[in-house]
Amino acid sequence: MYQWDFGILWSYRWLFLNGLGVTVGFTVVIVVLGLVFGLFGAFGTLSRFKAVRLLALTFIEAFRCTPILVQLIWFYYALPILAGVEMTPITASALALSLYGGSFYSEIIRGGIISIDRGQSEAGAALGMTPGQSMRRIVLPQAIKRMIPALMNQSIIQFKNTSLVSVLAVPDLVYQSQVAAHDSYRPLETYTAVAVAYAAILIPLTIMVRRGEKRLAVGE
Amino acid sequence: MSDTSKIEIRGLRKSFGSNEVLKSISLDVAKAGVVALIGPSGSGKSTLLRCINLLVTPDGGSVRVGDTRFSFGEGTKLPDVTTLARFRASTGMVFQHFNLFPHMTTLQNVMEGPVTVRRMAKPDAEKLARAQLAKVGLAEKADQYPATLSGGQKQRVAIARALAMEPDVMLFDEATSALDPELVGEVLAVIQQLASEGMTMVIVTHEIAFAREVADRLIFMRDGVVVEEGPARQVIDNPQEVATRAFLSHFHRTGALPPANAAP
Repeated sequence: MYQWDFGILWSYRWLFLNGLGVTVGFTVVIVVLGLVFGLFGAFGTLSRFKAVRLLALTFIEAFRCTPILVQLIWFYYALPILAGVEMTPITASALALSLYGGSFYSEIIRGGIISIDRGQSEAGAALGMTPGQSMRRIVLPQAIKRMIPALMNQSIIQFKNTSLVSVLAVPDLVYQSQVAAHDSYRPLETYTAVAVAYAAILIPLTIMVRRGEKRLAVGE
Repeated sequence: MSDTSKIEIRGLRKSFGSNEVLKSISLDVAKAGVVALIGPSGSGKSTLLRCINLLVTPDGGSVRVGDTRFSFGEGTKLPDVTTLARFRASTGMVFQHFNLFPHMTTLQNVMEGPVTVRRMAKPDAEKLARAQLAKVGLAEKADQYPATLSGGQKQRVAIARALAMEPDVMLFDEATSALDPELVGEVLAVIQQLASEGMTMVIVTHEIAFAREVADRLIFMRDGVVVEEGPARQVIDNPQEVATRAFLSHFHRTGALPPANAAP
Protein backbone atom coordinates (compact mmCIF):
# COMPACT_ATOMS: atom_id res chain seq x y z
CA MET A 1 0.00 0.00 0.00
CA TYR A 2 1.40 3.39 -1.08
CA GLN A 3 1.94 5.84 1.75
CA TRP A 4 0.77 9.29 0.58
CA ASP A 5 2.76 12.16 2.00
CA PHE A 6 1.66 15.58 0.71
CA GLY A 7 3.52 17.34 3.52
CA ILE A 8 6.78 16.93 1.67
CA LEU A 9 5.57 19.30 -1.06
CA TRP A 10 5.60 22.24 1.35
CA SER A 11 9.33 22.65 1.01
CA TYR A 12 8.86 23.14 -2.77
CA ARG A 13 6.19 25.83 -2.33
CA TRP A 14 8.26 28.64 -3.86
CA LEU A 15 9.09 26.48 -6.85
CA PHE A 16 5.39 25.76 -7.37
CA LEU A 17 4.37 29.38 -6.90
CA ASN A 18 7.05 30.47 -9.38
CA GLY A 19 5.78 27.94 -11.86
CA LEU A 20 2.18 28.99 -11.33
CA GLY A 21 3.15 32.62 -11.90
CA VAL A 22 4.80 31.70 -15.21
CA THR A 23 1.77 29.62 -16.23
CA VAL A 24 -0.71 32.41 -15.47
CA GLY A 25 1.44 35.13 -17.02
CA PHE A 26 2.04 32.99 -20.08
CA THR A 27 -1.68 32.38 -20.44
CA VAL A 28 -2.42 36.10 -20.35
CA VAL A 29 0.15 36.73 -23.07
CA ILE A 30 -1.04 33.96 -25.40
CA VAL A 31 -4.72 34.80 -24.88
CA VAL A 32 -4.17 38.47 -25.74
CA LEU A 33 -1.86 37.72 -28.68
CA GLY A 34 -4.14 34.90 -29.77
CA LEU A 35 -7.14 37.23 -29.83
CA VAL A 36 -5.19 39.69 -31.97
CA PHE A 37 -4.23 36.92 -34.41
CA GLY A 38 -7.82 35.66 -34.25
CA LEU A 39 -9.23 39.05 -35.14
CA PHE A 40 -6.89 39.31 -38.13
CA GLY A 41 -7.72 35.75 -39.15
CA ALA A 42 -11.47 36.35 -38.89
CA PHE A 43 -11.40 39.59 -40.88
CA GLY A 44 -9.08 37.87 -43.35
CA THR A 45 -11.56 35.08 -44.01
CA LEU A 46 -14.33 37.67 -44.43
CA SER A 47 -12.29 39.86 -46.78
CA ARG A 48 -13.61 41.01 -50.13
CA PHE A 49 -10.34 39.90 -51.72
CA LYS A 50 -9.90 36.27 -52.57
CA ALA A 51 -6.13 36.30 -52.02
CA VAL A 52 -6.59 37.59 -48.46
CA ARG A 53 -9.29 35.01 -47.78
CA LEU A 54 -7.04 32.21 -49.01
CA LEU A 55 -4.09 33.42 -46.96
CA ALA A 56 -6.18 33.67 -43.79
CA LEU A 57 -7.72 30.26 -44.38
CA THR A 58 -4.33 28.66 -44.95
CA PHE A 59 -3.02 30.15 -41.71
CA ILE A 60 -6.07 29.02 -39.74
CA GLU A 61 -6.12 25.47 -41.06
CA ALA A 62 -2.35 25.02 -40.72
CA PHE A 63 -2.52 25.75 -37.01
CA ARG A 64 -5.91 24.25 -36.33
CA CYS A 65 -5.17 20.93 -37.95
CA THR A 66 -1.72 20.12 -36.54
CA PRO A 67 -1.02 19.12 -32.93
CA ILE A 68 0.14 21.90 -30.65
CA LEU A 69 2.94 19.72 -29.25
CA VAL A 70 4.34 19.28 -32.75
CA GLN A 71 4.02 23.03 -33.40
CA LEU A 72 5.93 23.86 -30.21
CA ILE A 73 8.82 21.60 -31.13
CA TRP A 74 8.75 22.77 -34.73
CA PHE A 75 8.80 26.45 -33.78
CA TYR A 76 11.77 25.97 -31.50
CA TYR A 77 13.90 23.60 -33.57
CA ALA A 78 12.81 23.89 -37.20
CA LEU A 79 11.80 27.52 -37.66
CA PRO A 80 15.21 28.95 -36.66
CA ILE A 81 16.84 26.81 -39.34
CA LEU A 82 14.33 27.89 -42.00
CA ALA A 83 14.09 31.57 -41.04
CA GLY A 84 17.58 31.99 -39.65
CA VAL A 85 16.41 33.56 -36.39
CA GLU A 86 17.26 32.15 -33.01
CA MET A 87 14.40 32.13 -30.55
CA THR A 88 14.36 31.58 -26.82
CA PRO A 89 12.07 28.75 -25.68
CA ILE A 90 9.71 31.37 -24.25
CA THR A 91 9.42 33.29 -27.51
CA ALA A 92 9.01 30.12 -29.55
CA SER A 93 6.32 28.71 -27.30
CA ALA A 94 4.49 32.05 -26.92
CA LEU A 95 4.41 32.37 -30.71
CA ALA A 96 3.27 28.80 -31.31
CA LEU A 97 0.58 28.87 -28.64
CA SER A 98 -0.71 32.30 -29.73
CA LEU A 99 -0.99 31.24 -33.35
CA TYR A 100 -2.57 27.94 -32.36
CA GLY A 101 -5.09 29.70 -30.14
CA GLY A 102 -5.56 32.42 -32.76
CA SER A 103 -6.65 29.88 -35.35
CA PHE A 104 -9.47 28.74 -33.06
CA TYR A 105 -10.35 32.28 -31.98
CA SER A 106 -10.58 33.19 -35.70
CA GLU A 107 -13.29 30.66 -36.28
CA ILE A 108 -15.19 31.80 -33.17
CA ILE A 109 -14.97 35.47 -34.16
CA ARG A 110 -15.88 34.76 -37.79
CA GLY A 111 -18.84 32.67 -36.66
CA GLY A 112 -20.00 35.45 -34.33
CA ILE A 113 -19.77 38.07 -37.06
CA ILE A 114 -21.64 36.08 -39.69
CA SER A 115 -24.31 35.10 -37.16
CA ILE A 116 -25.51 38.72 -37.10
CA ASP A 117 -28.42 39.26 -39.47
CA ARG A 118 -27.42 40.86 -42.78
CA GLY A 119 -30.20 43.37 -42.25
CA GLN A 120 -28.11 44.96 -39.50
CA SER A 121 -25.19 45.89 -41.72
CA GLU A 122 -27.64 46.85 -44.47
CA ALA A 123 -29.36 49.25 -42.10
CA GLY A 124 -25.95 50.70 -41.24
CA ALA A 125 -25.07 51.03 -44.92
CA ALA A 126 -28.44 52.63 -45.67
CA LEU A 127 -27.68 55.29 -43.03
CA GLY A 128 -24.48 56.07 -44.89
CA MET A 129 -21.98 54.13 -42.81
CA THR A 130 -18.82 52.78 -44.40
CA PRO A 131 -18.34 49.00 -43.97
CA GLY A 132 -15.81 49.75 -41.21
CA GLN A 133 -18.21 51.99 -39.28
CA SER A 134 -21.00 49.48 -39.58
CA MET A 135 -18.69 46.71 -38.36
CA ARG A 136 -17.53 48.75 -35.36
CA ARG A 137 -20.82 50.34 -34.34
CA ILE A 138 -23.43 47.78 -35.36
CA VAL A 139 -22.12 44.28 -36.03
CA LEU A 140 -19.22 43.79 -33.60
CA PRO A 141 -21.01 44.99 -30.44
CA GLN A 142 -23.72 42.42 -31.08
CA ALA A 143 -21.35 39.69 -32.28
CA ILE A 144 -18.99 39.99 -29.30
CA LYS A 145 -21.85 39.22 -26.94
CA ARG A 146 -22.43 35.98 -28.78
CA MET A 147 -18.74 35.11 -28.99
CA ILE A 148 -17.88 35.57 -25.33
CA PRO A 149 -18.84 32.09 -24.04
CA ALA A 150 -16.91 30.36 -26.82
CA LEU A 151 -13.92 32.70 -26.45
CA MET A 152 -13.81 32.04 -22.71
CA ASN A 153 -14.00 28.31 -23.34
CA GLN A 154 -11.13 28.47 -25.80
CA SER A 155 -9.10 30.53 -23.33
CA ILE A 156 -9.59 27.86 -20.68
CA ILE A 157 -8.20 25.33 -23.12
CA GLN A 158 -5.31 27.70 -23.79
CA PHE A 159 -4.58 27.87 -20.06
CA LYS A 160 -4.19 24.11 -19.96
CA ASN A 161 -2.23 24.06 -23.20
CA THR A 162 0.50 26.11 -21.53
CA SER A 163 1.43 22.91 -19.67
CA LEU A 164 3.02 21.74 -22.93
CA VAL A 165 5.69 24.43 -22.87
CA SER A 166 7.54 22.34 -20.29
CA VAL A 167 8.85 20.27 -23.22
CA LEU A 168 10.90 23.33 -24.23
CA ALA A 169 12.07 23.77 -20.62
CA VAL A 170 9.98 26.91 -20.05
CA PRO A 171 9.74 26.97 -16.23
CA ASP A 172 5.95 26.80 -15.92
CA LEU A 173 4.01 24.95 -13.23
CA VAL A 174 4.39 21.56 -14.90
CA TYR A 175 8.11 22.03 -15.54
CA GLN A 176 8.75 23.07 -11.91
CA SER A 177 6.76 20.07 -10.68
CA GLN A 178 8.97 17.78 -12.75
CA VAL A 179 11.91 19.32 -10.94
CA ALA A 180 10.18 18.83 -7.60
CA ALA A 181 9.15 15.27 -8.44
CA HIS A 182 12.68 14.26 -9.44
CA ASP A 183 14.09 15.87 -6.36
CA SER A 184 11.59 14.46 -3.84
CA TYR A 185 10.95 11.08 -5.49
CA ARG A 186 7.27 11.88 -4.89
CA PRO A 187 5.78 12.20 -8.42
CA LEU A 188 2.32 10.97 -7.41
CA GLU A 189 1.85 13.68 -4.80
CA THR A 190 3.42 16.30 -7.03
CA TYR A 191 1.23 15.68 -10.07
CA THR A 192 -1.87 15.33 -7.93
CA ALA A 193 -1.12 18.73 -6.44
CA VAL A 194 -0.54 20.18 -9.93
CA ALA A 195 -3.88 18.82 -11.15
CA VAL A 196 -5.61 20.36 -8.13
CA ALA A 197 -3.90 23.70 -8.78
CA TYR A 198 -5.14 23.82 -12.41
CA ALA A 199 -8.64 22.81 -11.36
CA ALA A 200 -8.70 25.31 -8.49
CA ILE A 201 -8.09 28.12 -10.96
CA LEU A 202 -10.28 26.84 -13.78
CA ILE A 203 -13.40 25.66 -11.93
CA PRO A 204 -14.29 29.15 -10.62
CA LEU A 205 -13.65 30.47 -14.16
CA THR A 206 -15.97 27.93 -15.76
CA ILE A 207 -18.67 28.79 -13.23
CA MET A 208 -18.27 32.45 -14.17
CA VAL A 209 -18.55 31.58 -17.86
CA ARG A 210 -21.71 29.59 -17.27
CA ARG A 211 -23.27 32.43 -15.30
CA GLY A 212 -22.27 34.85 -18.03
CA GLU A 213 -23.86 32.64 -20.68
CA LYS A 214 -27.13 32.64 -18.77
CA ARG A 215 -27.09 36.39 -18.38
CA LEU A 216 -26.35 36.87 -22.08
CA ALA A 217 -29.14 34.48 -23.02
CA VAL A 218 -31.59 36.61 -21.03
CA GLY A 219 -30.39 39.73 -22.83
CA GLU A 220 -31.03 38.27 -26.31
CA MET B 1 -40.18 66.40 -65.85
CA SER B 2 -36.57 65.28 -66.00
CA ASP B 3 -35.41 68.83 -65.18
CA THR B 4 -37.09 68.74 -61.82
CA SER B 5 -36.87 65.00 -61.20
CA LYS B 6 -35.24 63.98 -57.95
CA ILE B 7 -34.59 60.39 -58.94
CA GLU B 8 -33.75 59.34 -62.46
CA ILE B 9 -33.09 55.76 -63.45
CA ARG B 10 -32.11 54.76 -66.96
CA GLY B 11 -31.76 51.30 -68.46
CA LEU B 12 -31.16 49.61 -65.14
CA ARG B 13 -30.18 45.95 -65.37
CA LYS B 14 -29.46 43.42 -62.65
CA SER B 15 -28.98 39.67 -62.67
CA PHE B 16 -28.44 37.28 -59.81
CA GLY B 17 -26.56 34.44 -61.47
CA SER B 18 -28.53 33.49 -64.57
CA ASN B 19 -31.70 35.04 -63.17
CA GLU B 20 -32.29 38.46 -64.73
CA VAL B 21 -34.36 40.33 -62.15
CA LEU B 22 -34.27 43.80 -63.72
CA LYS B 23 -34.45 44.14 -67.51
CA SER B 24 -33.62 47.69 -68.49
CA ILE B 25 -35.79 49.69 -66.12
CA SER B 26 -36.22 53.44 -66.45
CA LEU B 27 -37.96 55.54 -63.88
CA ASP B 28 -38.33 59.17 -62.83
CA VAL B 29 -39.51 60.50 -59.54
CA ALA B 30 -40.36 64.19 -59.41
CA LYS B 31 -39.29 66.34 -56.50
CA ALA B 32 -41.84 65.79 -53.72
CA GLY B 33 -43.28 62.97 -55.80
CA VAL B 34 -44.47 59.72 -54.33
CA VAL B 35 -44.10 56.64 -56.48
CA ALA B 36 -45.58 53.31 -55.47
CA LEU B 37 -44.00 50.14 -56.83
CA ILE B 38 -46.35 47.19 -56.88
CA GLY B 39 -46.16 43.74 -58.36
CA PRO B 40 -46.10 40.07 -57.46
CA SER B 41 -43.19 38.75 -55.39
CA GLY B 42 -40.17 38.09 -57.56
CA SER B 43 -41.13 40.91 -59.90
CA GLY B 44 -37.93 42.81 -59.04
CA LYS B 45 -39.52 45.74 -57.22
CA SER B 46 -37.45 45.33 -54.04
CA THR B 47 -34.27 44.90 -56.08
CA LEU B 48 -35.12 48.06 -58.01
CA LEU B 49 -35.61 49.94 -54.74
CA ARG B 50 -32.29 48.64 -53.40
CA CYS B 51 -30.57 49.76 -56.59
CA ILE B 52 -31.71 53.34 -55.94
CA ASN B 53 -29.47 53.62 -52.86
CA LEU B 54 -27.04 51.07 -54.30
CA LEU B 55 -27.49 48.50 -51.55
CA VAL B 56 -27.62 46.30 -54.63
CA THR B 57 -25.07 47.15 -57.32
CA PRO B 58 -26.69 47.27 -60.76
CA ASP B 59 -25.04 45.47 -63.69
CA GLY B 60 -25.89 48.21 -66.14
CA GLY B 61 -27.66 51.51 -66.60
CA SER B 62 -27.51 54.62 -64.46
CA VAL B 63 -28.91 55.89 -61.18
CA ARG B 64 -29.20 59.54 -60.26
CA VAL B 65 -30.49 60.89 -56.97
CA GLY B 66 -30.37 64.66 -56.65
CA ASP B 67 -27.11 65.74 -58.30
CA THR B 68 -25.23 62.48 -57.85
CA ARG B 69 -25.20 60.09 -60.77
CA PHE B 70 -23.64 56.64 -61.02
CA SER B 71 -23.30 54.62 -64.21
CA PHE B 72 -22.81 50.91 -64.32
CA GLY B 73 -21.83 48.36 -66.91
CA GLU B 74 -18.86 47.24 -68.94
CA GLY B 75 -15.75 49.26 -68.27
CA THR B 76 -17.18 51.47 -65.53
CA LYS B 77 -15.45 51.39 -62.21
CA LEU B 78 -17.58 50.66 -59.18
CA PRO B 79 -17.82 53.58 -56.76
CA ASP B 80 -15.54 53.25 -53.72
CA VAL B 81 -16.95 52.69 -50.24
CA THR B 82 -16.62 56.32 -49.09
CA THR B 83 -18.42 57.69 -52.15
CA LEU B 84 -21.13 55.07 -51.70
CA ALA B 85 -21.52 55.86 -48.01
CA ARG B 86 -21.83 59.59 -48.67
CA PHE B 87 -24.43 58.91 -51.35
CA ARG B 88 -26.48 56.63 -49.12
CA ALA B 89 -26.44 59.18 -46.29
CA SER B 90 -28.79 61.32 -48.37
CA THR B 91 -31.25 58.52 -49.12
CA GLY B 92 -33.28 57.16 -46.24
CA MET B 93 -34.43 53.55 -46.30
CA VAL B 94 -37.01 51.68 -44.28
CA PHE B 95 -36.92 47.88 -44.32
CA GLN B 96 -39.59 45.22 -44.14
CA HIS B 97 -38.05 43.74 -40.98
CA PHE B 98 -37.22 47.13 -39.39
CA ASN B 99 -33.54 46.22 -38.84
CA LEU B 100 -33.36 48.33 -35.71
CA PHE B 101 -30.13 48.01 -33.75
CA PRO B 102 -31.12 45.78 -30.81
CA HIS B 103 -28.17 46.80 -28.62
CA MET B 104 -29.21 50.44 -28.59
CA THR B 105 -32.21 52.25 -27.15
CA THR B 106 -34.64 53.81 -29.60
CA LEU B 107 -33.04 57.19 -28.95
CA GLN B 108 -29.56 55.76 -29.65
CA ASN B 109 -30.91 54.09 -32.79
CA VAL B 110 -32.11 57.43 -34.11
CA MET B 111 -28.93 59.25 -33.00
CA GLU B 112 -26.61 56.69 -34.58
CA GLY B 113 -26.69 58.06 -38.12
CA PRO B 114 -26.20 61.73 -37.18
CA VAL B 115 -23.41 60.92 -34.68
CA THR B 116 -21.46 58.30 -36.63
CA VAL B 117 -22.05 59.41 -40.20
CA ARG B 118 -22.65 63.16 -39.95
CA ARG B 119 -20.26 63.63 -37.02
CA MET B 120 -22.87 65.68 -35.23
CA ALA B 121 -22.19 66.60 -31.58
CA LYS B 122 -24.05 64.29 -29.21
CA PRO B 123 -26.32 66.96 -27.62
CA ASP B 124 -27.37 68.24 -31.05
CA ALA B 125 -27.96 64.71 -32.30
CA GLU B 126 -30.04 63.93 -29.23
CA LYS B 127 -32.21 66.99 -29.79
CA LEU B 128 -32.69 66.01 -33.42
CA ALA B 129 -33.41 62.39 -32.50
CA ARG B 130 -35.97 63.34 -29.86
CA ALA B 131 -37.71 65.61 -32.36
CA GLN B 132 -37.86 62.77 -34.91
CA LEU B 133 -39.21 60.35 -32.31
CA ALA B 134 -41.86 62.90 -31.36
CA LYS B 135 -42.75 63.24 -35.01
CA VAL B 136 -43.55 59.53 -35.27
CA GLY B 137 -45.39 59.69 -31.94
CA LEU B 138 -42.84 57.79 -29.86
CA ALA B 139 -41.17 60.47 -27.76
CA GLU B 140 -41.96 58.57 -24.56
CA LYS B 141 -40.24 55.40 -25.85
CA ALA B 142 -36.83 57.08 -26.21
CA ASP B 143 -35.11 55.08 -23.49
CA GLN B 144 -36.61 51.70 -24.30
CA TYR B 145 -34.91 48.97 -26.27
CA PRO B 146 -36.44 47.87 -29.59
CA ALA B 147 -37.25 44.41 -28.17
CA THR B 148 -39.89 45.99 -25.90
CA LEU B 149 -41.75 47.70 -28.76
CA SER B 150 -44.58 46.44 -30.96
CA GLY B 151 -43.95 45.91 -34.67
CA GLY B 152 -45.69 49.13 -35.57
CA GLN B 153 -43.65 51.07 -33.04
CA LYS B 154 -40.43 49.46 -34.28
CA GLN B 155 -41.20 50.52 -37.82
CA ARG B 156 -41.96 54.06 -36.71
CA VAL B 157 -38.61 54.18 -34.89
CA ALA B 158 -36.97 52.92 -38.09
CA ILE B 159 -38.63 55.77 -40.00
CA ALA B 160 -37.42 58.26 -37.39
CA ARG B 161 -33.91 56.79 -37.68
CA ALA B 162 -33.92 57.32 -41.44
CA LEU B 163 -35.38 60.83 -41.12
CA ALA B 164 -32.69 61.83 -38.63
CA MET B 165 -30.24 61.82 -41.54
CA GLU B 166 -32.44 64.51 -43.13
CA PRO B 167 -32.47 62.62 -46.42
CA ASP B 168 -33.50 64.00 -49.82
CA VAL B 169 -35.56 60.92 -50.61
CA MET B 170 -37.09 58.09 -48.62
CA LEU B 171 -37.30 54.50 -49.83
CA PHE B 172 -39.79 52.11 -48.24
CA ASP B 173 -39.23 48.40 -48.80
CA GLU B 174 -42.51 46.69 -47.91
CA ALA B 175 -42.56 48.65 -44.68
CA THR B 176 -45.84 47.14 -43.48
CA SER B 177 -45.54 43.57 -44.78
CA ALA B 178 -44.18 42.15 -41.53
CA LEU B 179 -46.77 43.84 -39.34
CA ASP B 180 -49.90 42.48 -37.74
CA PRO B 181 -52.90 43.89 -39.61
CA GLU B 182 -53.99 46.11 -36.73
CA LEU B 183 -50.56 47.79 -36.64
CA VAL B 184 -50.36 48.67 -40.33
CA GLY B 185 -52.40 51.84 -40.00
CA GLU B 186 -50.07 53.66 -37.61
CA VAL B 187 -47.11 53.16 -39.95
CA LEU B 188 -49.05 54.18 -43.05
CA ALA B 189 -50.22 57.32 -41.23
CA VAL B 190 -46.59 58.34 -40.69
CA ILE B 191 -45.73 57.71 -44.34
CA GLN B 192 -48.76 59.71 -45.43
CA GLN B 193 -47.72 62.58 -43.20
CA LEU B 194 -44.29 62.55 -44.86
CA ALA B 195 -45.93 62.64 -48.28
CA SER B 196 -48.00 65.65 -47.29
CA GLU B 197 -44.83 67.41 -46.13
CA GLY B 198 -43.37 67.05 -49.59
CA MET B 199 -40.87 64.22 -49.05
CA THR B 200 -39.81 62.49 -52.26
CA MET B 201 -40.59 58.82 -51.79
CA VAL B 202 -40.50 55.46 -53.50
CA ILE B 203 -42.71 52.93 -51.79
CA VAL B 204 -42.69 49.22 -52.46
CA THR B 205 -45.99 48.03 -51.04
CA HIS B 206 -48.77 45.50 -51.10
CA GLU B 207 -51.22 48.02 -49.64
CA ILE B 208 -53.00 48.89 -52.85
CA ALA B 209 -55.58 51.13 -51.17
CA PHE B 210 -52.79 53.04 -49.49
CA ALA B 211 -50.83 53.36 -52.74
CA ARG B 212 -53.95 54.78 -54.41
CA GLU B 213 -54.34 57.31 -51.62
CA VAL B 214 -50.77 58.47 -51.12
CA ALA B 215 -48.84 57.87 -54.34
CA ASP B 216 -49.18 60.18 -57.28
CA ARG B 217 -47.61 57.68 -59.63
CA LEU B 218 -47.84 53.94 -59.66
CA ILE B 219 -45.60 51.42 -61.34
CA PHE B 220 -46.65 47.84 -61.82
CA MET B 221 -43.75 45.46 -62.34
CA ARG B 222 -43.64 41.85 -63.34
CA ASP B 223 -40.69 39.61 -64.22
CA GLY B 224 -38.22 42.46 -64.11
CA VAL B 225 -40.02 44.85 -66.46
CA VAL B 226 -42.38 47.76 -65.96
CA VAL B 227 -45.71 46.49 -67.25
CA GLU B 228 -47.78 49.57 -66.59
CA GLU B 229 -47.12 53.04 -65.25
CA GLY B 230 -49.24 56.09 -64.68
CA PRO B 231 -51.13 58.21 -62.18
CA ALA B 232 -51.85 55.96 -59.20
CA ARG B 233 -55.62 56.30 -59.19
CA GLN B 234 -55.89 55.82 -62.92
CA VAL B 235 -53.79 52.64 -62.95
CA ILE B 236 -55.57 51.13 -59.97
CA ASP B 237 -59.11 52.08 -60.99
CA ASN B 238 -58.68 51.46 -64.67
CA PRO B 239 -55.70 49.21 -65.44
CA GLN B 240 -54.92 48.87 -69.14
CA GLU B 241 -52.76 45.75 -69.13
CA VAL B 242 -54.08 42.25 -68.59
CA ALA B 243 -51.32 41.45 -66.11
CA THR B 244 -52.07 44.56 -64.05
CA ARG B 245 -55.76 43.71 -63.99
CA ALA B 246 -55.02 40.13 -62.93
CA PHE B 247 -52.73 41.31 -60.14
CA LEU B 248 -55.10 43.99 -58.86
CA SER B 249 -58.03 41.58 -58.83
CA HIS B 250 -56.45 40.00 -55.73
CA PHE B 251 -57.10 43.18 -53.76
CA HIS B 252 -60.21 45.01 -52.67
CA ARG B 253 -60.06 48.35 -54.36
CA THR B 254 -62.06 50.39 -51.94
CA GLY B 255 -59.65 53.27 -51.93
CA ALA B 256 -60.09 53.69 -48.21
CA LEU B 257 -57.11 53.92 -45.91
CA PRO B 258 -56.81 51.19 -43.31
CA PRO B 259 -57.79 52.61 -39.94
CA ALA B 260 -54.96 54.34 -38.12
CA ASN B 261 -55.31 52.86 -34.66
CA ALA B 262 -52.59 54.77 -32.97
CA ALA B 263 -52.07 57.70 -35.28
CA PRO B 264 -49.20 59.83 -34.05
